Amino acid sequence: MTDTLTPALTALVAQPDEDAPRATSLFRFATAGSVDDGKSTLVGRLLHDAKAILADQLEQIERTSRERGFGHGTGFDFALLTDGLRAEREQGITIDVAYRYFSTGERSFVLADCPGHVQYTRNMVTGSTTADAVVVLVDARHGVLEQTRRHLAVVALLGVPHLVVAVNKIDLLGFDEDAFRRVEADALAAAAALGIPGTHVIPVSALEGDNVVERSARTPWYDGPALLDLLGSLPAAAELAPEAEPFRLPVQLVIRPQGGLAPDLAADPDAVAALRDHRALAGRVASGRIAVGDAVRVEPGGHVTRVTGIRVAGEPADEAIAPQSVSLSLADDVDAARGAHVVAVSHRVEPVREFEAELFQLDRRTLRIGDRVLVKHGTAAVPAIIAAVTAMRDLDTFELVDADRLEANEIGRVRLRLAAELPVEPYAVSREAGSFLVIEPADGATLAAGIVLPAP
Amino acid sequence: MTASITEASASAGASTRLDALDLLEAEAIHIIREVVAEFERPVLLFSGGKDSVVVLHLAAKAFRPGRVPFPVLHVDTGHNFPEVLAFRDETVERLGVRLEVARVQDYLDDGRLAERADGTRNPLQTRPLLDAIAAGRHDAVFGGARRDEDKARAKERIISLRDEFGAWDPRNQRPELWSLYNGRHTPGQHVRAFPISNWTELDVWRYLEREQIPLPPLYFAHERDVFRRDGMWRAVGDSSLPRPDETVERKRVRYRTVGDLSCTGAVESDAADLAAIVREVAASTITERGATRADDRLSEAAMEDRKKDGYF
Ligand SMILES: Nc1nc2c(ncn2[C@@H]2O[C@H](COP(=O)(O)OP(=O)(O)O)[C@@H](O)[C@H]2O)c(=O)[nH]1
Repeated sequence: MTDTLTPALTALVAQPDEDAPRATSLFRFATAGSVDDGKSTLVGRLLHDAKAILADQLEQIERTSRERGFGHGTGFDFALLTDGLRAEREQGITIDVAYRYFSTGERSFVLADCPGHVQYTRNMVTGSTTADAVVVLVDARHGVLEQTRRHLAVVALLGVPHLVVAVNKIDLLGFDEDAFRRVEADALAAAAALGIPGTHVIPVSALEGDNVVERSARTPWYDGPALLDLLGSLPAAAELAPEAEPFRLPVQLVIRPQGGLAPDLAADPDAVAALRDHRALAGRVASGRIAVGDAVRVEPGGHVTRVTGIRVAGEPADEAIAPQSVSLSLADDVDAARGAHVVAVSHRVEPVREFEAELFQLDRRTLRIGDRVLVKHGTAAVPAIIAAVTAMRDLDTFELVDADRLEANEIGRVRLRLAAELPVEPYAVSREAGSFLVIEPADGATLAAGIVLPAP
Repeated sequence: MTASITEASASAGASTRLDALDLLEAEAIHIIREVVAEFERPVLLFSGGKDSVVVLHLAAKAFRPGRVPFPVLHVDTGHNFPEVLAFRDETVERLGVRLEVARVQDYLDDGRLAERADGTRNPLQTRPLLDAIAAGRHDAVFGGARRDEDKARAKERIISLRDEFGAWDPRNQRPELWSLYNGRHTPGQHVRAFPISNWTELDVWRYLEREQIPLPPLYFAHERDVFRRDGMWRAVGDSSLPRPDETVERKRVRYRTVGDLSCTGAVESDAADLAAIVREVAASTITERGATRADDRLSEAAMEDRKKDGYF
């Protein structure tokens, strides 16, 4: 198929990657920016320069670029790579979060591309909850705007491990250092005010490729890494010593094969005898490490027992770490089902009936005091009432102001009263134990994303 | 389920760092268990293709030492490769899962569907699929789709709500937050669940190699009578015959997807085992759909339209 491409395109086609190594790490990041900051161009540029765009995709983009009569330099519009749905292509805008995949030698990347105009909160929250880093775009000519501050505030509230501010279109300012330093100072000040540690600021030209994959000779005054190198070197959340945290496992279901053993095991009399009374709590390790012999506590109930067997992805193992999918056999026949938590015996959690939370209102509907909802936390779903709406964030300043309800795209504070206890923990302590969904019981819609605040 | 899974081999050695495949596997098993816990009657769409093979393998791991607690559903276009049907039957036997089959041919025979002018049957699968989902009262349908496959799928959710008509409304999807999946649905609705959403084609091949998972022989290089059409090599078979101006040649080929014989193309290749395929895919410059699916090449929006109609 390559032979049908124009010479200009052939030069751009992904080159063979014969000795791609076997083991790679996984890094998830999200991009955010206001309309026209150049986010689609940057994402297209990253994918292209990281050789993630293949011949037939390029051919299609070139065709569409020609039909639509635009595109710069290379003869096509990078932004077309990322505009997925037809409605979006027709309107020339991006509506929904789109996921992209590319890989360098050592790392596989999952990119959540979050459009910035309408519904920015919804899209950015969606893209950022699982992100190891968020790349916020700023137009070098406009600097840090209110919208940028909102993006940074979402990064801060969601506790994303790393923030990268890409100061784009630096080519339009003649690669001027002073202009960049002014934007950089503003961005660092805004991030510091929000308590975001370790912010990285990079001057880039998405259109021309400066400091995206290769360091640019046109910014000799910038001595940091290019964007892709930075993303390749930041530790992912899974690499940030999750083992140091206490062990937590929300129970998804109980595996009790009884007569229904896998056929290869059913054919093996020893396995049949050994697995006759097999009963294991299956779930994904939310944090920490567990080994056979460890003492654990099961909530609710507070029953203390010992781990007698572990399976990681179905296979017997001596130990497991976050975020592996495991099943645990326990010494005692604890009455635990879906929604229960198994935690390290040294880890004290007080299950609560009421707690304060910050909510990101994602649905069109308004959330009011007295509304009956469902709270999904870990693997448990519990009926709840919005006992109070205590404040909302001013969309410009992000300060908390008085409020009695939350409208679409607003962020605010509420008090939730639960029909049953939940072992919630502050989000600042644990992303897993501190996050939850607010669901409309009638139609099942996800109304809001919630993070648990520390008890006052 | 394979040589690599033996009860005797203890210790997965958790102290070693987890690589991308470990993390993708852990995520997929978590998704599969969530769906089984929250839905009454899940089913897995199983075509015998590599992606559905991987999902079934992950399901077996998720419930081991028990067996997979749900059936698999195959939509038989009547244009399947015989090797794939044989592989399908061996696989369900090996894993002890129940097989449900929805046949496009039955619909053609009694007139509920009509053969298309171009002879391809992929677009005809939607109706038998939706009927089978309704007849089995399946409220969750696992699929092997990946978001790297094309631009419409890049926006698909991991748990994706479908209405009574199986339709996908891309503008009205639930936001997906953390790893908290919201599968609540009303009667008549069902969800599609995509446990390997975040895998790339290369991840799938690397995982097949790592786990030594059996695949239909079509995936590996073999000699075959083929003819050139639309820039692809097509197999000669009952439902796929050359026109007078197309010459049949004997080539060493393999398939990158194993769908409908009448619209799936082969690529020239010497890759005869999984390790060789991993090398070939890593070096490839053409996406798998572009290389091998005639029907997706009709229009850029082809996939989006089929998804909206209730196709995978
Ligand atoms: N000069 C220059 N123009 C850029 C750069 N990045 C993007 N643009 C242009 O800015 C406009 C908006 O870019 P786009 O990527 O569509 O923005 P989005 O709305 O943030 O996705 C387009 O005309 C781009 O070509 C850059 O680095 N330099």
